[in-house]
Amino acid sequence: MDILSLFVIIPVITVLAIILVKNPMQTRLISAIGMGIQLLLAAYLIYAYFAERNAGNMDEMLFMKDIIWYEALNIHYTVGVDGISVAMIALTSVVVFAGVFASWKVDFLPKEFFISLILLSSGVFGFFISLDIFTMFLFYEVAVIPMYLLIGIWGSGPKEYAAMKLTLMLMGGSALLMVGLLGIYTNSAPNGGPLTFNILEIAKVHIPIEAQRMFFPMTFVGFGILGALFPFHTWSPDGHASAPTAVSMLHAGVLMKLGGYGAFRVAIFLLPDAAHELSWIFIILTSISVVYGAFGAIVQKDLKYINAYSSVSHCGLVLFAVLMMNKTAMDGAILQMISHGLMTALFFALIGMIYGRTHTRLINEMGGLMKVMPFLGVAYVIAGLASLGLPGLSGFVAEMTIFVGSFQHVDTFHRVVTIVAVSSIVITAVYILRVVGALLFGPIKNDHFLQLEDAKWYEKISTVTLIMAIAAIGIAPLWLSNMIGDSLQPIIDKLTIMIP
Amino acid sequence: MTDFSYTILIPLIPIFFFLIIGLTGHKMKPIISGLIGTTGLSIAAILSYFTAYQYFFNTEKIDGAYQKILAFNTVWINFTDKLHVDMGVLLDPISVMMLIVVTTISLMVHIYSLGYMKGEKGFARFYAFLSLFSFSMLGLVLATNIFQMYIFWELVGVSSFLLIGFYYEKPSAVSASKKAFIVTRFADLGFLIGILILSFNTGTFDFISLTDIHGTAIASGSGIAFMGLSTMTWSLIFVFIGGAGKSAMFPLHIWLPDAMEGPTPVSALIHAATMVVAGVYLVARLFPVYAISAPDGLTVVAYVGSFSSLFAAVIACTQYDIKRVLAFSTMSQIGYMMVGVGVSRYGGHEGLGFMASMFHLFTHAMFKALLFLGAGAIIHAVHSNVMTDMGGLRKYLPITHITFLIACLTIAGVPFLSAFFSKDEILTAAFHHNKLIFFVQLFVAGLTAFYMFRLYFRIFWNRDTHYHHTPHEAPLTMSIPLMFLAVASIFAGYIPFSKLVTSDGLPLEAHIEWIVAIPSIIVGLLGISIAFVMYKKETTIPQKIGSSFKLLYVGAFNKFYFDEIYLFVTKKIIFNYISRPVAWFDRHVVDATMDGIAWITNAVSFRIKGLQSGQVQQYAFVFVSSAILLGILFIYLFSI
Amino acid sequence: MHTVIPIEYFLVTATLMFFAGVYGFITRKNLITILMSVELMLNAVNIIFIAFNRYLYPGQLEGHFFALFVIAVAAAEAAVAIAIIINIYRNFQSIDVEETDKMKY
Repeated sequence: MDILSLFVIIPVITVLAIILVKNPMQTRLISAIGMGIQLLLAAYLIYAYFAERNAGNMDEMLFMKDIIWYEALNIHYTVGVDGISVAMIALTSVVVFAGVFASWKVDFLPKEFFISLILLSSGVFGFFISLDIFTMFLFYEVAVIPMYLLIGIWGSGPKEYAAMKLTLMLMGGSALLMVGLLGIYTNSAPNGGPLTFNILEIAKVHIPIEAQRMFFPMTFVGFGILGALFPFHTWSPDGHASAPTAVSMLHAGVLMKLGGYGAFRVAIFLLPDAAHELSWIFIILTSISVVYGAFGAIVQKDLKYINAYSSVSHCGLVLFAVLMMNKTAMDGAILQMISHGLMTALFFALIGMIYGRTHTRLINEMGGLMKVMPFLGVAYVIAGLASLGLPGLSGFVAEMTIFVGSFQHVDTFHRVVTIVAVSSIVITAVYILRVVGALLFGPIKNDHFLQLEDAKWYEKISTVTLIMAIAAIGIAPLWLSNMIGDSLQPIIDKLTIMIP
Repeated sequence: MTDFSYTILIPLIPIFFFLIIGLTGHKMKPIISGLIGTTGLSIAAILSYFTAYQYFFNTEKIDGAYQKILAFNTVWINFTDKLHVDMGVLLDPISVMMLIVVTTISLMVHIYSLGYMKGEKGFARFYAFLSLFSFSMLGLVLATNIFQMYIFWELVGVSSFLLIGFYYEKPSAVSASKKAFIVTRFADLGFLIGILILSFNTGTFDFISLTDIHGTAIASGSGIAFMGLSTMTWSLIFVFIGGAGKSAMFPLHIWLPDAMEGPTPVSALIHAATMVVAGVYLVARLFPVYAISAPDGLTVVAYVGSFSSLFAAVIACTQYDIKRVLAFSTMSQIGYMMVGVGVSRYGGHEGLGFMASMFHLFTHAMFKALLFLGAGAIIHAVHSNVMTDMGGLRKYLPITHITFLIACLTIAGVPFLSAFFSKDEILTAAFHHNKLIFFVQLFVAGLTAFYMFRLYFRIFWNRDTHYHHTPHEAPLTMSIPLMFLAVASIFAGYIPFSKLVTSDGLPLEAHIEWIVAIPSIIVGLLGISIAFVMYKKETTIPQKIGSSFKLLYVGAFNKFYFDEIYLFVTKKIIFNYISRPVAWFDRHVVDATMDGIAWITNAVSFRIKGLQSGQVQQYAFVFVSSAILLGILFIYLFSI
Repeated sequence: MHTVIPIEYFLVTATLMFFAGVYGFITRKNLITILMSVELMLNAVNIIFIAFNRYLYPGQLEGHFFALFVIAVAAAEAAVAIAIIINIYRNFQSIDVEETDKMKY
């Protein structure tokens, strides 16, 4: 058994085990154990990755495994990781682990809840390890479908509407994506020979520019919808607002990253010429995303809406940096995915915990919560500071890498839009401080808040895991940034070779 | 070469104690956490004094000039091949001087707070934040590259945010902290853009290579780029915006008066002595770049500084909240420092302003911290910070009275106290460089003397106010720092700054120029005398003057309505005219389009659902007839 | 001397039967009659199977088998269909197809 397939198999085994057990406590324990193993495995993977690299293995992808799956169309189950996928896998395992603890007290159909949640995570893991775009797409769908059930059944507010909207928009993206991927597939052997879905194989050939022009926008928008690309981001506020805590965490923390990851691993990597040609359109769209999401967040009243708009802004920055197509900016994009994944998961976890106590998410109905729940309050402040890019926490590292990288572009256009994107740091500060001030500080507005309790042990596990990850990246970013940077080199080489 | 690698401990000790107090502070007795924090800071202070001694007196100079020493350096993150952010310790005259300032004032504030904050809720939290601030500030002054400086710049910003909002249950404190953070954040945007342009041009963040006067970095980007200024000038102006924000220069000063919502020791430490001078320090840090490749940038610095100092001094004359008077006084004095660096040029006697500015930074830290701590003692005794609630306090608070008087005399520029020397050097530099600025600064010196003695007489003399409970002198933990700082305020002027801290590291010949010094002494004494006449006893002169210059008085009293203008811009324009429309647009245009697509699909299917009638025979009829039609069609098509 | 009946006779008969069935299926409202119409169509097909088998491949029996198979299936189908009809009657008190339109939209 290769280590990568374990990432898909362990969730499946966990799901099977959950089916067998009887009471909710066992369900939780098994989920926690399964995802704990997953977390350890991710830690081991990082270790093994560095061990391989230090041993001088400079292959583009490590731990490769290839099984023919459907020979007639040359579909393989191909897995392999580079530093980027390793980082994303680590992110996913942390978020899923925290998510399990954040949903400890789900009391309506807990078994089914955890089954869907863990199934979703297996899809995400599968996506990150796949090197075959068909398999990748398959896992992508595996990740999206349980989302519908999770929001539709365990959500709050207008949950059916939100679930439907989210799923339909993502499916619309999938449809575009499918066409794009098949387009890449049919052009994957311009010089004759068998067609292939394998990313590494396709990367070696030069897809005709006409085909690239046609399929790049489809692929990019297809992934971009998942990454909240303006103007296809509107599923995000409604979806997040209705989703249960752990689902918001996973969705904003991990699933949205599938978009960014896919956009760069498939759209940019496989279709570089068209990417160069058409990037300006998407750069404009993403820089709008960045500023627009931040402005949109300022006036929202619902905590989850604020966060959803902030995610639009931050994920816009990911796509923005990916499109800059230089090493530093892309490095920043991956860092931003990880950093945003962690901090937004933390945000949603905390919002869920606060909502579970106050039964409201409207900031003007709250106030002074710091006094009654200092642990959650401090954690919320940390999440907020990470989000507005305080040094020492992960957001700063990611944003600065993106800004410095984008600003190194020789083109004045790119530098000007970078400055536009940079201005988002002020707007972010405005809405974050507005929320923190209204939510945690000031006098207590509602007397029954005085009886509220601080975090329980399982909530503390969830929060502390995420905070530690955020701080670890923020304080010592070098290893992560180097791990990503080294793996970016082949991609950058390809981008520069393709450009005459 | 002396080994300085131990200096890395100076910032690391406070952060270590921050973690200890922050994580375990709620479990220990409050006083223990205070003592732990104070111990940590004393170690850092001792190390700093040792470092300063070693650096100034025990390190060999090259050609008589103090060198920049890279005591410690490690790569923090790599951006590109050339651009990497390091974390390290850079020792040169100004950073060593700042080490002394920061650790001294911070230690005094730590000791003072043991008494001042006694019995407050969140005592441990207070000390944790103080340690965090000390760490950030030390990291800032020791930064080896501009990006490290930016990192700690943000960290001091957030420490300041946390400390201003220390009384987080008080809405005014919360909004003051938000305001401080957002205004400085906005300025930091300029700083960041400046860094981006600067690094794009020069390909380095490193201070040593940036400020190397023979290097390539300093010469790059000198071509005219935009609006008649070179790229380098633009980048440095952007960097200065960051500095102006932190140092509360006009028009980014609005956060500083509100920041007085924080505990008074915090105001002394952060908003008087250390953090707010970071802007001056930033310009000083990049001084060779400014002076050699962007003198226009320095002109901007000088004018902004000069205008701010006048503006703040005028407002200070009308305020009643004693901490706000001190806040505007701080702003005004920082304006002086900005003028000092702004009128200076690189090297030799041209660098007089630079030296004077650093000198003033040092002396100002001492006497302004003293003033704030004194004000803290007064507030502690009277439980109010409005001067109309005070009067005749000299009987009750003898120590505070004497120390406060010393500080007032110092800031007024009375001869042979420390600020006399430093302010005089700035005036001399301005006199030789720009007469307009010189006269403005001279006038401001008079105003300074006036408003400080207005404050002094109003608090300690004037009418005898009746107090609910008799004010009592502060405890020893509070009066010792006062006395220490009073001594420092008197004697700091005798430190031979011109031999130690200069723009090029070479000693400078500085002496008092009487043509400048005599007018400055005269205006100072004039200011004091006017204040004496108006405020020594309770008189009606202030009201009369106030009503005869009504427009000016009301304007200054309301801080020239800058808060209102900002509120208008943020609330009205950004909130109502940008954010609301954006949110509306998102819901009603973008989202509505998506919903519209769904609605169209829905509507179409509603229209055609009649086809599904449930009548099997209808289906069969359609089926059969279509089959027949298709059969006919195929026969027709394929039989040709 | 026996004469061969031309295949057209069978085909015309079968076609008439089949379309009679189709007509009945589409127009009659009674479920039993509809079922009978279906049987009529099946039998028409059976005739065609056997006829073609006899004329095209006289030595083989596939067509006959198929016809037998259809008869068997038809029998089974009739049993199921009548059971369904009885249930429909119980539910709707009628076996009129126009009243059983639960499957619309």
